[in-house]
Amino acid sequence: MHPAFSVIFLTTLLGAGQGLFLAIYTGQLYALARFLPRQDDQFYAVGSLVALVLLVVGLGASFFHLGRPERAWRAAAMWRTSWLSREVIILPILMALVLAYGIAHWMEWTQPWFPIGEALDVDATLILGLLGTIAAFALFVSTAMIYASVKFLEEWHSPFTVANFTLLGLASGFMLAAAYSAYIGNPLVPFFGTWAVFWTLAALISRAAHLMRNARLQHKSSAQTAIGIRHTAVVQQAQGATGGSFNTREFFHGRNEATVRFARNLFLTLVFPVPIMLIVAAYLIASPTLPILAFAIQYLGLLAERWYFFAEAKHPQNLYYQRVA
Amino acid sequence: MTQLALVIDLNVCVGCHACVTSCKEWNTSGWAGPMVDENPYDASPTGTFFNRVQTFEVGTFPNTETVHFPKSCLHCEEPPCVPVCPTGASHKRPDNGIVLVDYDKCIGCKYCAWACPYGARELDEQQKVMKKCTLCIDRITDATLSDRDRQPACVLACPTSARLYGDVHDPDSEVSVAIRERGGYQLMPEWGTKPANHYLPRQKIRMHISADELTRVDNPLRKEDLTTYTGEETLDDLAW
Amino acid sequence: MQDPIAHSDSTIGQVEVKETTCYMCACRCGIRVHMRDGEIRYIDGNPRHPLNKGVICAKGSSGIMKQYSPGRLTKPLRRKAGAERGAAEFEAISWDEALKMLEERLGRLRAEDPKKLALFTGRDQMQALTGLFARQFGTPNYAAHGGFCSVNMAAGLIYTIGGSFWEFGGPDLERSKLFVMIGTAEDHHSNPLKIAISELKRRGGRFVSINPIRTGYSAIADEWVPIKPGTDGALLLAISHEILKQGLFDRDFLIRYTNAAELVIDDPSRPDHGLFYRAEMHVEEGCFDPENKLWWDRNIDGPISTHTPGADPRLMGSYRLDAEGGIPVKPAFQLLKERLEDCTPEWAADTTGIPAATIRRLAYEMGVTARDQKIELPIPWTDCWDNEHPSVIGNPVSFHAMRGMAAHSNGFQTIRALGVLMTLLGTIDRPGGFRHKAPFPRPIPPCAKPPHGPEAVQPNTPLDGMPLGWPAKPEDLFVDPEGEAVRIDKAFSWEYPLAVHGLMHNVITNAWRGDPYPIDTLFLFMANMAWNSSMNTSEVRKMLVDKDAQGHYKIPFLVVCDTFASETVAFADLVLPDTSYLERHDALSMLDRPISEYDGPVDAVRIPVLPPKADCRPFQDVLIELASRLRLPAFVDGAGRRKFRDYADFIVNYETSPGSGIGFLAGWRGKDGDKVLKGEPNPKQWEMYAKNGCVFHHELPPSYQYMRNWNKGYLHWARAHGMIRYAEPITIHLYSEVLQKFRLAAQGKWPGRRPPERLRQRVDTYFDPLPFYYRTLEDQLVDTTRYPLNALTQRPMAMYHSWDGQNAWLRQIHSHNYLFVNPLIGRKHGFADGDWIWVESAVGKVRCMCRFSEAVEPGTVWTWNAIGKANGAWGLGSKADESRKGFLLNHLISEELPPCEAGPHLSNSDPVTGQAAWFDVRVRVYKAGPDEPRLTSPQFDPMPLLPGQEPRRGKWQAYVAGVFGKK
Repeated sequence: MHPAFSVIFLTTLLGAGQGLFLAIYTGQLYALARFLPRQDDQFYAVGSLVALVLLVVGLGASFFHLGRPERAWRAAAMWRTSWLSREVIILPILMALVLAYGIAHWMEWTQPWFPIGEALDVDATLILGLLGTIAAFALFVSTAMIYASVKFLEEWHSPFTVANFTLLGLASGFMLAAAYSAYIGNPLVPFFGTWAVFWTLAALISRAAHLMRNARLQHKSSAQTAIGIRHTAVVQQAQGATGGSFNTREFFHGRNEATVRFARNLFLTLVFPVPIMLIVAAYLIASPTLPILAFAIQYLGLLAERWYFFAEAKHPQNLYYQRVA
Repeated sequence: MTQLALVIDLNVCVGCHACVTSCKEWNTSGWAGPMVDENPYDASPTGTFFNRVQTFEVGTFPNTETVHFPKSCLHCEEPPCVPVCPTGASHKRPDNGIVLVDYDKCIGCKYCAWACPYGARELDEQQKVMKKCTLCIDRITDATLSDRDRQPACVLACPTSARLYGDVHDPDSEVSVAIRERGGYQLMPEWGTKPANHYLPRQKIRMHISADELTRVDNPLRKEDLTTYTGEETLDDLAW
Repeated sequence: MQDPIAHSDSTIGQVEVKETTCYMCACRCGIRVHMRDGEIRYIDGNPRHPLNKGVICAKGSSGIMKQYSPGRLTKPLRRKAGAERGAAEFEAISWDEALKMLEERLGRLRAEDPKKLALFTGRDQMQALTGLFARQFGTPNYAAHGGFCSVNMAAGLIYTIGGSFWEFGGPDLERSKLFVMIGTAEDHHSNPLKIAISELKRRGGRFVSINPIRTGYSAIADEWVPIKPGTDGALLLAISHEILKQGLFDRDFLIRYTNAAELVIDDPSRPDHGLFYRAEMHVEEGCFDPENKLWWDRNIDGPISTHTPGADPRLMGSYRLDAEGGIPVKPAFQLLKERLEDCTPEWAADTTGIPAATIRRLAYEMGVTARDQKIELPIPWTDCWDNEHPSVIGNPVSFHAMRGMAAHSNGFQTIRALGVLMTLLGTIDRPGGFRHKAPFPRPIPPCAKPPHGPEAVQPNTPLDGMPLGWPAKPEDLFVDPEGEAVRIDKAFSWEYPLAVHGLMHNVITNAWRGDPYPIDTLFLFMANMAWNSSMNTSEVRKMLVDKDAQGHYKIPFLVVCDTFASETVAFADLVLPDTSYLERHDALSMLDRPISEYDGPVDAVRIPVLPPKADCRPFQDVLIELASRLRLPAFVDGAGRRKFRDYADFIVNYETSPGSGIGFLAGWRGKDGDKVLKGEPNPKQWEMYAKNGCVFHHELPPSYQYMRNWNKGYLHWARAHGMIRYAEPITIHLYSEVLQKFRLAAQGKWPGRRPPERLRQRVDTYFDPLPFYYRTLEDQLVDTTRYPLNALTQRPMAMYHSWDGQNAWLRQIHSHNYLFVNPLIGRKHGFADGDWIWVESAVGKVRCMCRFSEAVEPGTVWTWNAIGKANGAWGLGSKADESRKGFLLNHLISEELPPCEAGPHLSNSDPVTGQAAWFDVRVRVYKAGPDEPRLTSPQFDPMPLLPGQEPRRGKWQAYVAGVFGKK
């Protein structure tokens, strides 16, 4: 597939935004349980504002993917069948919830509404955060399912796609939360850092497993099934157009194998070991800048990861577009 | 239910591209048009086509088959491009089974193209909506045209009649008979898309001559059984 | 969006359907042009047209993009004063100025020496008019592109069976059981052949393709037999050898309808050696083969007049006639048998690369199918000897062949071999075999003759003879007393005696060299001589701009008439903008190359559906205007007053001679339009054609549809309708006495004209009365170890005739080309699929991209013809693929042979017909260097936009019924 930068930014920014929101809310829950010192509301408000900005920018990137963005509203119509439609519905809900969560903190609407048990006072932020969490996970699933549900793209058609989108989103979001904490100098860096390392390691396991699965993948379709002629040697000679077509632009990355391998090695380095080492180093030397660097590097790595995600996928239609003459 | 479709006879397709450009010229000025051409007179000319003819080589020299392979939307009975469409622009008509795109609803997200294993859909690079074969729906349903003309442009154009058109759900239609009797097959059956369009395979005619057929009693050489005697000695001169 | 079911063209605008005839290639199908609000909306095949029966091809469907191409010329142009020729610096002028220039210049030439004008046209199919103009002007220097295209096919078969393929005849695939296609790829005869092949296959007929390359029609053959280029003759002779050996020939057919049993004088010491023995009887002079020859009857064991009732002639043996003290004679068939003796399948296997067993099998398939699967149609007919036949018999083996056989320097004899094979199988003008199309069959050879000497060219006088014709003996040649050429292209000289279509490919070289003489004006119509219609293109482009010591161009004045800004337009001194095919009147005339069907004559017209664009003017109108201004006799009345308003008027009112009743159109003649082929002009003829789909089809009664060479009823009908001069049988020339006459002249035995000394050996060798195989002249003269590969070109079906680089839709299918090579060649020379490589011949080299293909014989490389264009030509941008990635193979093909005994400047052509031997070229290939540009070579300076040409179109266009832009 041709890696479209709109979609690369869309999915990585949304993932980081969702992850950041989940990290902030996790922080609030830990504080509630008094595992962590409670932060002032502004911390949660600004954190969710950053998450919202990421979601908005991600959404903005998605418009570049559309031929007719002015009609984007129509995309909510087919939620019964289309994961894309579902994403289109859930994303604004999540944005609204994140916004509401942030406003609630900003406005310090933290008066408890009712208690659950002895220790837990339920306030607006808690409810909004919980709803937001559900929405964020729903968004992870629907975003990932856009890809994972296309059975023709066998590299994508796997639960690993959902796991990766979710885990990588969480990793980058918690990493960002660590960077955010380091930036404002609060003591949550080790908390978010540890979680970020955890999600990063989990993502590594999932992503590596996905790579291994794809390396062993036997594609269902072949030149033989494409044209229905059973013979060991079926070679395309002409595709009916020498100047290219939508089919050659949309479904081919157009780079050589070395570039694709480089992208894979790049993301395997930048997304996983480097940020982990930086977080560990930040912990050891109590650096306020290393977590920020860790997030920046991991995000760059994620761009490479998503590029590779597209480049790796071989669409069966490509069997019809092998050679020009 | 009616399911209109094309049946492509690979046994007679010579790869002339008549279906390609006749499709373009009908549809660019029709309901499904326009069909944009980019760089029309410059490097890498590229445009929207609903139908392409490709060429494959099967086998190695000297046992090579050259196969010309026309490809357009197959109007699947289980079209994977339809459920993924977020706006409902991509739809399958209940009355005749044709898969269409409503350009006014299409947002150009290309998701339907991803969901088509055949590469049958093309984004119009100027109008930015997805376009594809309509089976010339604005011809085949136009009651002002004669019966003969109420067929897709590619079918009318095809010099070798390699494109049959009809209802594959009607067991007595020309297309159903051809599929049944000639071993019509679907492309990439492994996906369960149930393409309505089918392809007819190559058929070879060979000739068998047995040795005793080669010479017949009326062989004309018998009338020319001449020998020339030039005076040399023979047994007839010597034996007694 | 509107429901498509509610959508109808008829509600969107004013819909109108106009019928005319396609001209996207030379096939000439009937088309319907659907107009919406006066603009073209759709062009489809005309269902009531006999040729294409409603179908249409890729090109025909893309006519819209031709009409609206930015490559179109719209104004007459004159080379700017001081501008160098070839730089394409022009100024627009008016038609008045252009015509005045021409009138003055041509008038002067005509008064001084008419042969100073050379008029050569491309694939125009209006040779009836252009030829008439040339003849009336008085110049012999006229031809169309036939010599460059496929004249061997026309001449080889017409000199053998009195007809040929494509316009002249073809395979009856409706009834054929075995169809063998040799040397045809994707083009001639486009739609009808596609229709017929698919019908043959649907009926279960077997289709064998013999070709070095498997594309196009060959793709759907039941069997592909790869063959080395230029060796078809060896294959055909070996097949004939097996047919003879097994006795699979049609003896009865050979005896009755061919000269197989006729007795040939066989005494090398006699001056009439190799001629038929002709009994003395009164024979009327005429252009037919008189029946004064003998058979050797097996019953009386002696000579007897041919076709004597009850006679049963010998085909083999050698005999002695009593006359003149004993004349040794042999039946022609015996000579053929002797010729074929050594042509075994094993002999041919080495040459052709086809295993001997395959050759044998092919021969058996042909012979057994012809013998055992006979067709008998209950159609009674009468032959020329008044034998009544209750039925028509067919031996259902048919052939089609074209340029693959023709474009070799051994093509004529190879095609003779094909004619002989078809004859042995008894398949001429019979059901399931070869069928003629009117006006064929014609006498062997047809009656029209070229002028006989320089005195035929006189100032202010029409040419005495036809510019092109069919020599039957040395006296018919067009030579001076020294035996040298009178025509600029040297056609009908001893160099190319049977050059019946001329040698367009040598005109520029000869004119540049002044050999045989310099000319003044070269007038080209629709002939892209600075590109794909020349061999050795790079050098030809230099010749066009070469100057003499005084600084004058060696070819002083070049007029180019074309619809598009072709490469050649850049070299013109005067450019005349022609109309498109949708903007003019045309006649696809019986006088030229009509579109007849097997069942009878067909001709067709074009009627304009749009007005001419800007200042475009139909070339025919321009010719008639010029002819009238020059007062050429056929175009003015006795008082010198103009007779014809324009071409439309001319078509209706012109008669070949006053009162002949023969004109450009065969349909609806006579005052009331009730006569066919012959009849006085009909003022309503155009309306009648318009009413009938622009086509006239006269179906003959079934008894006149077969065996027409010997069909008394048909021949008399044809004579009565002015198609042939004699209702005499057209005996097939299994043995060609015509060729033998030229050979006798070369041997010094002919009482009349003899070739110049340097050409004696050549004429003696190649004018063999029996077909034979020889290595092509290039193979004989070029180092084939250095250049081990054959290089071929083919026309892709979507670019058939290669006219359409300017077509926005078609060029998307083929915007550039590759050199196709067998992977074995790539591996051997160390390059991979898609690499840039050099292709080098003895005269030039070309850099291009290669593509591996398993569908090509390993000794052959090939490419699509003329996809490559010169930079900026045809309205294309300077970065267009056609010039950057596309290439033209013509740069590698010499128009002349290396100097040899027969002369220093012989054309690279067939020594009999002058057919350009562009498939002879030998090449080698090697990988381009890593630092070389990824760009084809050679490149030429970009051709600028010409005055009147549309400015470059933008980055995109979308066509909707005459409007570019969004809906």
